[in-house]
Amino acid sequence: MTHPAALPCAILAVVLLAALSLFVGVTDIAPMDVLRGQADARQMQVLLASRVPRTLALVLAGAATAVAGLVMQMIVRNRFVEPSTTGTVESAGLGLLVVTVLAPGMPVMGKMLIASLFALAGTALFMRILRMVPLRDVLLVPLVGIMLGGVIGAVTTFFAYRFDLLASVGAWSMGDFSGVLRGRYELLWLAGALAVAAYAAADRLTLAAMGRDFTTNLGLNYRSTMVLGLIIVSLVSATVLVTVGVIPFLGLIVPNVVSLMIGDNMRRTVPWVAVMGTGFVLICDILGRTIRAPYEIPIATMLGVIGSAAFLFLLLRRRHHAAP
Amino acid sequence: MPRLDRPILVLAILAALALLSIAAFMTLGVRGNWPFVLEYRGRKVLGLMLVAWCVGVSTVLFQTVTGNRILTPSIMGFDALFVLIRTAVVFFFGFGVLATLPDQAQFGAEVLAMTGFAVLLFQWLFLRGQRSLHLMVLVGIVFGVLFRNLSAFMQRMLDPVEFQSLQDSFFASFGRIDPTLLGVSLLLVAGASLAAWRISHAFDVLILGREQAISLGVPYRRMVAAILCIIAVLVAVATALVGPVTFFGLLVVSLAHVLCGTGRHRYILPASVLLGIICLVGGQTLLERVFAFDTALSIIIEFLGGLIFIILLIRGAAR
Repeated sequence: MTHPAALPCAILAVVLLAALSLFVGVTDIAPMDVLRGQADARQMQVLLASRVPRTLALVLAGAATAVAGLVMQMIVRNRFVEPSTTGTVESAGLGLLVVTVLAPGMPVMGKMLIASLFALAGTALFMRILRMVPLRDVLLVPLVGIMLGGVIGAVTTFFAYRFDLLASVGAWSMGDFSGVLRGRYELLWLAGALAVAAYAAADRLTLAAMGRDFTTNLGLNYRSTMVLGLIIVSLVSATVLVTVGVIPFLGLIVPNVVSLMIGDNMRRTVPWVAVMGTGFVLICDILGRTIRAPYEIPIATMLGVIGSAAFLFLLLRRRHHAAP
Repeated sequence: MPRLDRPILVLAILAALALLSIAAFMTLGVRGNWPFVLEYRGRKVLGLMLVAWCVGVSTVLFQTVTGNRILTPSIMGFDALFVLIRTAVVFFFGFGVLATLPDQAQFGAEVLAMTGFAVLLFQWLFLRGQRSLHLMVLVGIVFGVLFRNLSAFMQRMLDPVEFQSLQDSFFASFGRIDPTLLGVSLLLVAGASLAAWRISHAFDVLILGREQAISLGVPYRRMVAAILCIIAVLVAVATALVGPVTFFGLLVVSLAHVLCGTGRHRYILPASVLLGIICLVGGQTLLERVFAFDTALSIIIEFLGGLIFIILLIRGAAR
């Protein structure tokens, strides 16, 4: 359906956006100066210690979050979910809070693992609640997820309030790339690797999305595939949360747009989702940095506005009575 | 007729509990200057009771208009809309302009703007054909998210100092009520409640649904528009006094339904308000005097309300 050159073109556009993102900011750095080697030491330091890490973080987090959203939609078999509408992200936040209170000195890797475990447990709880729901309305699924997220969030807020950590929780819950520096984003490579893993497992996940009986008939272990998907989603949510905070709606909007464009075969959609997720995040970040320079608007706010408007459009676009 | 007696008994018990909470709030732990303490706490209690009244009545009416038990104006983004309007006023006209207006006038203007907006938006959502309930709730929640993020976006564009003072006013807190707004709030609430009283004969019919109500001779569209206006005023007052709370209304109205065992408005309305007073005044007393927390009450209410919402969803009471 799509032209064979479409994906390379999209990738090229995203590379250009990434290059643009390198040269937006308070310190003026001219691209030609850098190429000719005429940039002074301070400019080079800003570029290498702040700009390059930031752009890399944007690329990795954008691609991974969007792919995690796609995987989530496959597992739950519902178009209207993503980790931040299923309680996964909130659970990861609760885990992060628990580590911060109980073992503040733990290395980042350990914190992330604990946050992932919480995310896994929270997602499992969500799936369990879903199984208890009698009537299976498509729209009920995100509704239950959002409310579960709200309840877990209230628990987090309560303990954060007791331990005087409200400010930290506020920082996690609002995705923001302004704090990204060399040495503070490398965990996101793991998220990127997980997006690749999702691509490798794409065929199996596509089948699992067809349902338990169908999958088992084809000789695939349904349970282990689901667990694999859950692990990808939870780990991505936790890594992104620990390094930059919540990036809302990205995992919801991008897979839906891609699905409208080229359908639901994950083998084909994963690269598109990753590329478009990256592009979307880059655009939002560049806008957030330029609209009110020298201050910046966090990406969570930018995406919150654009993403919720897009979600509303998706919801109201057509009637859902016919849906299963 | 034991069936009729139960709601009345429940109401009597709730009223006694509410009075007890108020008495406890006013008198516990007072040292020294009684007149001052009584006046200070009296204002607080008045504010909390006003909030309980607004939230209880607006939630019951909203559920009546929408014909289901899991909606509250807050879940549908009503109070986020209020925060957005307030932010937009500061954003477009600046604090300077606002400072020259008296608080009450400013508040009145905001309530008017919000009522207009809310009625337009929700009429569009509710009166335009039949939609599935879950779609409505989801749309409402996402509208709430959109409003909140738009507010955050505008707040970010403000001067950092203005941003700070604006942001402080949007964290829900039952401990801090602006006494200067009490008078104008009372006036607005009294007006809205009077309007509600005058059409209250139609409430029990409206809950039967659009077709039934029309065939029983209720001017449906006009009635719903009027009720949405009343709700908008009540929510605006509650939001201005304590900030946005999502689940409080759901909590008290669900409890009221369980306790009364009937859906009739003459029982549900007072029961919800009384439960609201017990929750707010009693809860605040417990937390402040017994556990020495401060603003945690809103968090606890969010938690309990969220749980009730999930339970209602799972039990299929959504239908």
